[in-house]
Amino acid sequence: MARMKFLCDAERCIECNACVTACKNEHEVPWGINRRRLVTLNDGKPGERSISMACMHCNDPPCAAVCPVDCFLQTADGVVLHSKDLCIGCGYCFYACPFGAPQYPRTTDFGSRGKMDKCTFCAGGPEPDGSVEEYQKYGANRLAEGKLPLCAEMCSTRALMGGDGAVLADIYQERSLRRGYGSGAPGWSTAYGRNDRGSPFAPGGPGTGGA
Amino acid sequence: MRPTRLPLHALLLLIALLAVQSLAAPTFAQAQLYQVPGQNSPTTKEQVPLYVPQDDKVIGRVSIPDERLGVLVQPEGREWREWRTHTLRLAIGGLAIGMTAVLAIFFLYRGTIRIHGGKSGRLVLRFNGLDRFAHWTTAVSFLTMALTGVIMTFGRPLLIPLIGHQAFTPLAEYAKSIHNFVSVPFVVGLLMIMALWLRDNIPEKADWTWIRTAGGLFSKAGGHHPEAGRFNAGQKLVFWSIVLGGIGMAATGYLLMVPFAFTGIGGMQIMHVIHGLLAAGLIAAVIGHIYIGTIGMEGAFDAMGCGEVDENWAMEHHRRWYQEQMRKGYVEGRQPAE
Repeated sequence: MARMKFLCDAERCIECNACVTACKNEHEVPWGINRRRLVTLNDGKPGERSISMACMHCNDPPCAAVCPVDCFLQTADGVVLHSKDLCIGCGYCFYACPFGAPQYPRTTDFGSRGKMDKCTFCAGGPEPDGSVEEYQKYGANRLAEGKLPLCAEMCSTRALMGGDGAVLADIYQERSLRRGYGSGAPGWSTAYGRNDRGSPFAPGGPGTGGA
Repeated sequence: MRPTRLPLHALLLLIALLAVQSLAAPTFAQAQLYQVPGQNSPTTKEQVPLYVPQDDKVIGRVSIPDERLGVLVQPEGREWREWRTHTLRLAIGGLAIGMTAVLAIFFLYRGTIRIHGGKSGRLVLRFNGLDRFAHWTTAVSFLTMALTGVIMTFGRPLLIPLIGHQAFTPLAEYAKSIHNFVSVPFVVGLLMIMALWLRDNIPEKADWTWIRTAGGLFSKAGGHHPEAGRFNAGQKLVFWSIVLGGIGMAATGYLLMVPFAFTGIGGMQIMHVIHGLLAAGLIAAVIGHIYIGTIGMEGAFDAMGCGEVDENWAMEHHRRWYQEQMRKGYVEGRQPAE
């Protein structure tokens, strides 16, 4: 059984927001809900990195642990789904999630929170696969059709990848080898050396720890 | 014999090729896929940080209007999860059960505190209609919010195994709505209580004596009863706990109800923790308050139940107040002009 994962390569991400647009369009995500978002760190400075973030479909998901009505479920592939029928919109999953994946529409009393919505790894929800109810509540179910999440498919630079964790690990390792990171463990600080990242037009450059 | 060597033209060609190669070396190096390590590259495995544990938020820029989503990672969610799933339940359950256990032991030791000399049959007005309305509004609101809050906190481990997910969700939904709306009469009652009783709850010297003797709770029946005015020190403690705790609950509660209007995610988590801690304390305090006002003391419930208390009860437990009431002519059957 595959263990589904997302992997976003921060050195390839060009902040094009194709993943964001793909997700929004595919699932008819309402206004104000952002299942996937693009965060740019060190914007405008040397060492600027962008990374695409949605739900990380954790093991031992914190959202599932704190839910007062136990509306979360995790599939055999490791995809974390939830039931909007059971959700009461309390907001606890957002407080617990380290990645800010749960989103809420501004409805119900005091305009605070409606039913929680989040990235489903394009795997829909508890409703029958491909049904109208499932599409209306959770969006498209691509996994049931044998496809991978659309955000990863649409990524213009293959920065964001989603799918079988073993396959992703192989891709990750090959990229690390090609980038010459020695033991094959790229961290952001080893990309071009900690101190000198060259100029915007010649990142790295000769003698700065990598070209 | 002459050693084998390359023909001259081949040798010259080879030298030329090598020269060209060395001149073009920098360009060729840059085109290589495998890169040359520089001064800052790691040389050992230990120098490469595989995973740097984050303790603080990582915040970047997003191009969408919702700027809160610039928080890439918030590791504090881990601590909050521990609080919500474990510590909070321990606090609320532990304090409530602990208080109940202490009261049960006390009741077995002392029993109901009887009026020394029995009931006289004559009544004194203690709380008028407005006092009682304020008290019961606050009390019923508090109990409703405590119950709905406990449903939301303990419902998953205790109620879902009993009634199932499909039945528990509407219960929790209603609990959440009731909890939010009943906050309004609670705050109204709280304001009324403050307006009506703040003056009589200012701490004074007699309160310290009362506290030192624990209000006579542990002295034998009929023994010395410390002096008290309209409210004794124990009641003043309850008053200030409810008022200050209630204000804290209302403030944190309303901030929780308008999420991220004034705080970020760290602030919301802190509000939730404070709200839960105050709830645990107040529930325990109210359990004690209910005990002493019902089975703990004979004749105590009448004060809030119908507003009039037995004269002997008043003389024994609130002597100074009773004497003031007599002086003002408020005691039934003792009014000169009746």
